[in-house]
Amino acid sequence: MKFTGKAYKFGSNIDTDAIIPARYLTTFDPAELARHCMEDADPEFPFKVKPGDMIVADKNFGCGSSREHAPIAIKGAGIACVVADSFARIFYRNAINIGLPILESPQAAAAIQEGDQIEVDLESGQILNLRSGEVYQATPFPEFMQEIMARGGLINYVKETG
Amino acid sequence: MGMTISQKILAAHAGREHVEAGELLNCKVDVILGNDVTAPVAISEFARLGRERVFAADRVVLVPDHFTPNKDIKAAEQAKIMRDFAHQQGIHNYFEIGQMGIEHCLLPEQGLVGPGDLIIGADSHTCTYGALGAFATGVGSTDMAAAMATGEAWFKVPESIKFVYYGQPSRWVGGKDFILHAIGDIGVDGARYMSMEFTGEAIRTLSMDNRFSMANMAIEAGGKNGIIAADDITLAYIKDRFKRPYQIYQSDPDAAYARTIEYDVSQLEPVVAFPHLPENTRPVSQAGEVWLDQVVIGSCTNGRIEDLQAAAEILKGHKVYPGLRLIILPGTQAIYLDALRRGFIEIFIEAGAAVSTPTCGPCLGGHMGILAKGEKALATTNRNFVGRMGHPDSEVYLSNPAVAAASAIKGRITPPWEV
Repeated sequence: MKFTGKAYKFGSNIDTDAIIPARYLTTFDPAELARHCMEDADPEFPFKVKPGDMIVADKNFGCGSSREHAPIAIKGAGIACVVADSFARIFYRNAINIGLPILESPQAAAAIQEGDQIEVDLESGQILNLRSGEVYQATPFPEFMQEIMARGGLINYVKETG
Repeated sequence: MGMTISQKILAAHAGREHVEAGELLNCKVDVILGNDVTAPVAISEFARLGRERVFAADRVVLVPDHFTPNKDIKAAEQAKIMRDFAHQQGIHNYFEIGQMGIEHCLLPEQGLVGPGDLIIGADSHTCTYGALGAFATGVGSTDMAAAMATGEAWFKVPESIKFVYYGQPSRWVGGKDFILHAIGDIGVDGARYMSMEFTGEAIRTLSMDNRFSMANMAIEAGGKNGIIAADDITLAYIKDRFKRPYQIYQSDPDAAYARTIEYDVSQLEPVVAFPHLPENTRPVSQAGEVWLDQVVIGSCTNGRIEDLQAAAEILKGHKVYPGLRLIILPGTQAIYLDALRRGFIEIFIEAGAAVSTPTCGPCLGGHMGILAKGEKALATTNRNFVGRMGHPDSEVYLSNPAVAAASAIKGRITPPWEV
């Protein structure tokens, strides 16, 4: 599956409180959470982001709380893919489990600039920067995680495999 | 090649003799935990699975602690989803207001987790139970839902970092300082995906309350789990609490470690983490002049009886600094009662502190002590991210309970020996 979208850049250690502050955790409705997505990192983000856009971040994206509301908010905002130098463990797991596409690529995180149009190919893990023409290769997922993602998340995987 | 304690517990729960770091395993879990923020999402996902019953009602634990006692109507609706699910599924380890506590203080106290267990919780500080020699890790709500249905979860076998603490700590230094110092050293992603194994003579003499504080904050270094092998101190703690058979694991002498790091704790001062990451640590004597609006003593990191005792010893006979708000939250009802009987609550109230029923409340900026724009708080909690305790332009500093109590008296970040 290929997506093309505009990149929004964030730094290192973007924690889940920045992705969705706890004051909004009295709901898990994706549309409602999306209205506050990344609010404490960039208050304008929920207003400017368009479906199909991408988040590109540096190290340890999604650190902190285990709140699944964080990837739900990002998915709810229509973000097609999160590309990062690295992901915090629980966020990584949650994103796969709920079917939010993520790719880990230090090269892409370093080279992509705010506003770049990028194309990601989830199967091959290739990330194409349409501004510079550069191609970055993401770390491939283990086969087992690919199966979860192909089925749209862990719930479908458990349903279909027993 | 030998295995680490974490690898042995995962292997045992996957029915395997031997595992290697990096392998993916499907493991049987002993305990699954959720709270009023994460369980409602899990219950919704569980319904999508189409299963009638959870795999074992006695292995699911549900604790309303984050936005409870219900802070508003939406929080009340979420708490009700969890309460109704507990009743419908016959989950008796649901703890109503009046019996509840902060989950990571409550589960060990109630004997629901013990040595050798594999525990997952839809809360990142589930790693706290590693202090009992268990493998415990935080997961999301979907993992919780799948595990409630199947009794299983997938894990990548982690590499481990071995932390060896030696020497005799000074009077005001404890587990909170040991772990903050380590996070300051390796950074908030220094143990990303890894197990943090705490060993050495300074750990072997450390009390359970201090061990819980340490394992609790493994996640703040990105750790998958924090673990301390069970010993006599652990067994004394679980006696009369933990009823299931348990297994004590030790790392093999030839187990491989990604790194081994040694700290001489006799050189340590109490540590303060500055905004906005737990890795921004300084010895308290180098904190400079930081005036405070609020001090919070409590949380799953430092809401236990020894924490309250440390605060009471310093606050006794003193008054909270004029205009500063001191909020103290015992971790569970049992801790609250113990503190009351020992006279700590009277000391707190006479000093001018607000003492609350157990709740996570202010730690995550939920309720019971939210910060306004520009305000500064010192807290014995675990995170000081932007906006963690309220307004995005407020600041949170982290410390142990003795530093927090001394600072509440002086109005600014203060070493305990200055009171």
